[in-house]
Amino acid sequence: MSGFVTPSQTVGPFFAMRLPWRDGPYVVPEGTPGAITIIGRVFDGAGNVIPDALIETWQAAPDGTFAHPDDPRGASPGGYHGFRGFGRCETAPDGSYRIVTLKPGPLPAPDGGTEAPHLDVSVFARGLLDRVVTRMYFPDEAEANGSDPVLSSVPADRRGTLIAEPLPAPAEGVEGSPGQLRFDVHLQGEGETVFFDV
Amino acid sequence: MTADVSTERPAAGSTAAGDTLILPSYGRAPAGNHPPLDFTGYRSTALRHPKQPLVLLPQRLTEVTGPLLGDELITPTDADLTTQHAGEPQGQRIIVTGRVLDSGGRPVPDTLIEIWQTNAAGRYRHAREHHPAPLDPNFDGVGRCITDSAGRYRFVTIRPGAYPWGNHYNAWRPAHIHFSLFGRAFTQRLVTQMYFPGDPLLPLDPIYNSVPDEKARQRLIPEFSIELTQPEWALAYTWDIVLRGRNATVFEGRPA
Ligand SMILES: [Fe+2]
Repeated sequence: MSGFVTPSQTVGPFFAMRLPWRDGPYVVPEGTPGAITIIGRVFDGAGNVIPDALIETWQAAPDGTFAHPDDPRGASPGGYHGFRGFGRCETAPDGSYRIVTLKPGPLPAPDGGTEAPHLDVSVFARGLLDRVVTRMYFPDEAEANGSDPVLSSVPADRRGTLIAEPLPAPAEGVEGSPGQLRFDVHLQGEGETVFFDV
Repeated sequence: MTADVSTERPAAGSTAAGDTLILPSYGRAPAGNHPPLDFTGYRSTALRHPKQPLVLLPQRLTEVTGPLLGDELITPTDADLTTQHAGEPQGQRIIVTGRVLDSGGRPVPDTLIEIWQTNAAGRYRHAREHHPAPLDPNFDGVGRCITDSAGRYRFVTIRPGAYPWGNHYNAWRPAHIHFSLFGRAFTQRLVTQMYFPGDPLLPLDPIYNSVPDEKARQRLIPEFSIELTQPEWALAYTWDIVLRGRNATVFEGRPA
């Protein structure tokens, strides 16, 4: 049991005055070697896109460490140039967001197991009195996902909502990033995304 | 700060015998502290709240760490919303100050606070804002600052106005300032609103009243402070913001 905290209130319809940052979607600077792009849309319970949501992501570096004093292993010596770990993107009129980042590494879990590479994702919007939190996992990590303690705690028929979809690589000779993933968020209804109590 | 004196770091994801991860954990707020996601009085929640129960996620590395954003983001005028333009904005100048604490009473230092609000007439500077009240060319209504080593913050701004919204017939939001805070960990992230003492619209506002617990609701209202009010210049309000606190350290790890 813990003491009272300041209650959450909705971010409302006008957060875009302050919260979006010019470099918000860039967890690493654009053009960083090995960068991946996560794109997706946010949907409501009627299947309509949500044009006024804010997505935030938080994740480990490619070697599975965090530049944070509470990671007892310490940050990677030298770190990853320009890697912030944090991404923020407001949705566009078509409900879409985009995050440019590096794929995180796997993480040791306190119980001795291993967590598969993942991003923690917060969703804020008008109509959400508190943020909702989900996780995004990677489609090319079937084995690691299979033994991930968090995915394993989710009913099997809903796990798919937490795994991004690979997008086809651009044809040879065509400009584009090979590492593109789609991660849609459904706040309610058909295919409702799994949300966590953290 | 953890002193990293080891030269050999365990590989990420390593499960070698003897590995022990010692992680803090953050307490959950008591029942009634936060609003429910499904709240009929606030119409927009209807299609936007998950219907499936939340899945309990025991906090691990990703949850007990978080972005530690530095003051490279901040310029000196960011915390004074009255000096961001050539002229003075219209309205009642106010000081909003206080501390960011965790629920154990410990200050939360060096954490980013972002705010946004209407001008004195109740008008936001936003493309989708249609309230027929005047914009103020000298007021943007956005600010940010970083708490100091004692968790203190201070904004100078204009008292925001009430504004109408479409939730129900003759619905008006009480005057408020939106606040966004990071804390030191993903679990501490908070977006909230600060209201004003004695506002007659408070009892009528579904967003304020979505907080079930009366005492928790009171935490959204600052105190007027005559001590911090600056003579001949600005009224002051003090508001402490309380984030989730750390439980006593638990040693978790594989048995040796
Ligand atoms: Fe507002």
